[in-house]
Amino acid sequence: MTVLSAKNITMQFGGLTAVDQFNLELSANELVGLIGPNGAGKTTIFNMLTGVYVPTMGEIVLNDQSIIKKTPHEIVKLGASRTFQNIRLFKDLTAVENVKIAYHNFIDYNMVQGMFRTKKFWDEEKKAQEECMKLLDIFDMGEYADTLAKNLPYGQQRKLEIARALASDPKVLMLDEPAAGMNPNETAELMETIHFIRNKFDITVLLIEHDMKLVMGICERIIVVDYGKTIAEGTPDEIKNNPDVIRAYLGD
Amino acid sequence: MDHNKKKAYLVNTVAVVALYLVFFLLIQTKTMNNYFVGIAIMTCIMIIMAMSLNIVAGFLGEMALGHAGFMAIGAYASASFSMVLIDSGLPLPHLVILILAMTVGGIVAGIFGFLIGTPTLRLRGDYLGIVTIGFSEIIRIFFINFGPTGGAAGLKGITRLVNFHNVYWVTIVITFLIFTLGRSKHGRAIISIREDEIASEAAGIPTTRYKVLAFSLAAFFAGVGGALYAHYQSFLEPSKFGFMFSIEMFVIVVLGGLGSLTGSIISAIVLTVLPEMLRSFAEYRLLVYSLVLIIMMIFRPQGIFGRSEFSLTAFIESLIQRKNVKNSIGGGEAS
Amino acid sequence: MNLFLQQLINGLNVGSIYALIAIGYTMVYGIIKLINFAHGEIMMFGAYFAFIAATSFHLPVWAVLLSSMVIMAIIGVAIEFIAYRPLRNAPRLSALITAIGVSLFLQNLALIIFKPDPKVMPKIFPETIYKLGEIEISSTTLITIGLSLFFMVLLDLYIRKTKQGRAMRAVSEDKDAAILMGINVNRTISLTFAVGSALGALGGVLYSVAYIQVYPTMGVMPGLKAFIAAVLGGIGIIPGAMLGGFIIGMVETMTKAYLSTTWADAIVFAILIIVLLFKPTGILGKNTREKV
Repeated sequence: MTVLSAKNITMQFGGLTAVDQFNLELSANELVGLIGPNGAGKTTIFNMLTGVYVPTMGEIVLNDQSIIKKTPHEIVKLGASRTFQNIRLFKDLTAVENVKIAYHNFIDYNMVQGMFRTKKFWDEEKKAQEECMKLLDIFDMGEYADTLAKNLPYGQQRKLEIARALASDPKVLMLDEPAAGMNPNETAELMETIHFIRNKFDITVLLIEHDMKLVMGICERIIVVDYGKTIAEGTPDEIKNNPDVIRAYLGD
Repeated sequence: MDHNKKKAYLVNTVAVVALYLVFFLLIQTKTMNNYFVGIAIMTCIMIIMAMSLNIVAGFLGEMALGHAGFMAIGAYASASFSMVLIDSGLPLPHLVILILAMTVGGIVAGIFGFLIGTPTLRLRGDYLGIVTIGFSEIIRIFFINFGPTGGAAGLKGITRLVNFHNVYWVTIVITFLIFTLGRSKHGRAIISIREDEIASEAAGIPTTRYKVLAFSLAAFFAGVGGALYAHYQSFLEPSKFGFMFSIEMFVIVVLGGLGSLTGSIISAIVLTVLPEMLRSFAEYRLLVYSLVLIIMMIFRPQGIFGRSEFSLTAFIESLIQRKNVKNSIGGGEAS
Repeated sequence: MNLFLQQLINGLNVGSIYALIAIGYTMVYGIIKLINFAHGEIMMFGAYFAFIAATSFHLPVWAVLLSSMVIMAIIGVAIEFIAYRPLRNAPRLSALITAIGVSLFLQNLALIIFKPDPKVMPKIFPETIYKLGEIEISSTTLITIGLSLFFMVLLDLYIRKTKQGRAMRAVSEDKDAAILMGINVNRTISLTFAVGSALGALGGVLYSVAYIQVYPTMGVMPGLKAFIAAVLGGIGIIPGAMLGGFIIGMVETMTKAYLSTTWADAIVFAILIIVLLFKPTGILGKNTREKV
């Protein structure tokens, strides 16, 4: 069953074609990697898939709904969420508050009930606190719950981004370089966590990464892009030995 | 509600009531004469103005420099309403008329907040600031030219429905509501937009909707403040609601700390009371004020409290702690 | 038709003054991304110094203009050094509020020193009225427009052809890269303030000659309008400020002539809002996108 598909999506900025007729088919529960040299257009693809950019051409379907003209928050409601290459946490909010933002749509009270502190408010906030703490616990971040995001160590910040992205209960999770800046231990831990959440939450994961150990280690399928075009697609073994891929990374 | 929160609510309620009783006694025994009562009333109104502005400038983090415009709308709308209502001869108690007038002022201002905010909030930063100035000036010029509310000569004969007692409690209620807003999911959503709008949108927050909401709420409360102003001064003049007044309110919020409601309260008190105390130095007042502003920005730009709130409960506890440590022999371990 | 041409000339007159003041805003914004709220007060003090030069010292016209421009250039540099430089790396909001503080400070300083009652600016330019058919143009108007255009052309040449001008453009584009290229950024910024303030002062003098009065708050509205002009033309773009100044001058004059005096200001603000909502980078501005 296809959860997310992109057909020939193209992104043009003025005269520059950043992404050229990219195609993608994500099936349920897949763990797919998107790799390519710097500037290949990977984040641009993410931005198109999450509504940050509107593709110049092409079609994107999420859970049988066209999302091409939808805003990012509408796409989140439809079941896709993402993390950012350069961490974008809410710096002056605590870790648990960061997660609560993504949990926003599951907290059920209106503004009046909030302002007048009705029972509904207290009940829903308690539920939100419990659920968001559970997510933090999965990432072993319970002790950091009330720490301001800006005061978290780098590795914890990266994990928080992912925890937050999970709070909106996505069907498709898109991770943009989740292991950037991590040491080998942290990366190994991250690999386990990604596997774990894929299985526990029954989600599809698409990730951009430069760390080949992680990509080859957990991705079931890999798509390679260069200069905005797909140059190869296949299993890790196939990709490892693909001459086009090698050429793209190392040159001729 | 957990134990700590219950304690905080209790402490704050006691403090609020105690403060009121102090003022009540001062007024009843005529220790505080009309002049000082007037200052106290204006202070309450400025507290409301500062906190309402903080919703946009502090929670949302946008430079809203046209707040006086919404105050004007609230003032004129509520005044027109109360004048018509009183003229109609309906035997309503003053308090009821005041509450209705505040509601009218708030709602009309809030509607304009929505109308102005919707297109304006697509802009960011400096540009947003300039457009809000533009709208505020247009509102002021409108009232200068609008005959039915007196035009440039102003609107006279508004019944004075406001006294210290009702304005104090209105201020407390509004303070409570804006506090609770800030610590609700809606407040969190607005703050997340300030922190990182793109991430907020990517986390599922309908950012445009919340930006407009913040703006409209701020306008609503500004309208209520305007209604109180109108029914205290009994007289409205468009020139009072100019660019300078918007700037004054903005400066109050900044000096208190953008995002800190207690900061806005204290800043509003200081910046309303102090100039009155220094009336004899009136000439130099604004000069000193502007110097203070410049020095603050250079040496403590985050204002008095930055983004945090002053917690009365925590303050009292820290005093108790210090006393305990002092009391134990040799300053030993405090348990 | 004659009324129209007459108003056209009035529009050019007031527009050239707005253009001179707008240039100051746009140059400062271009180089340090700050809306210098105090620029209106620089214009105001420029008028006061000219007033003093003309009435107390009885200096000839050229000396009145020159002394006002030079003094305000120095004061502009001093303001940048004292109030804005410490906030060079602070968030934009802090610098903006400081600018507001400086503006308030200067207004009140003028109030204390010069007292609130308006002074009458003497006619420092020869007063002859030329007639073109039914249209009257005063020599003052011609001189105003002429001087403005002269200095605008001079500035344009300076920015494009001199080393310092290039340095200004470089710092506007990328301050860090400019530092790496060996440009003395502090000096360039000071120079920008000097030039912007000098032109603002000139604008102030011409304004006070046109409208006769000099008073402490005279810089507030023209300052705001000149700023709107700068935004209209494209903030940070000097030809934009010139273009914007003339447009705003025209709009204001035509509105006062054909619609209503009281609504003229409102219409200027309305233009600002419409421009910012539909083309925030201004008429001559480019579109930029935030990278995600």
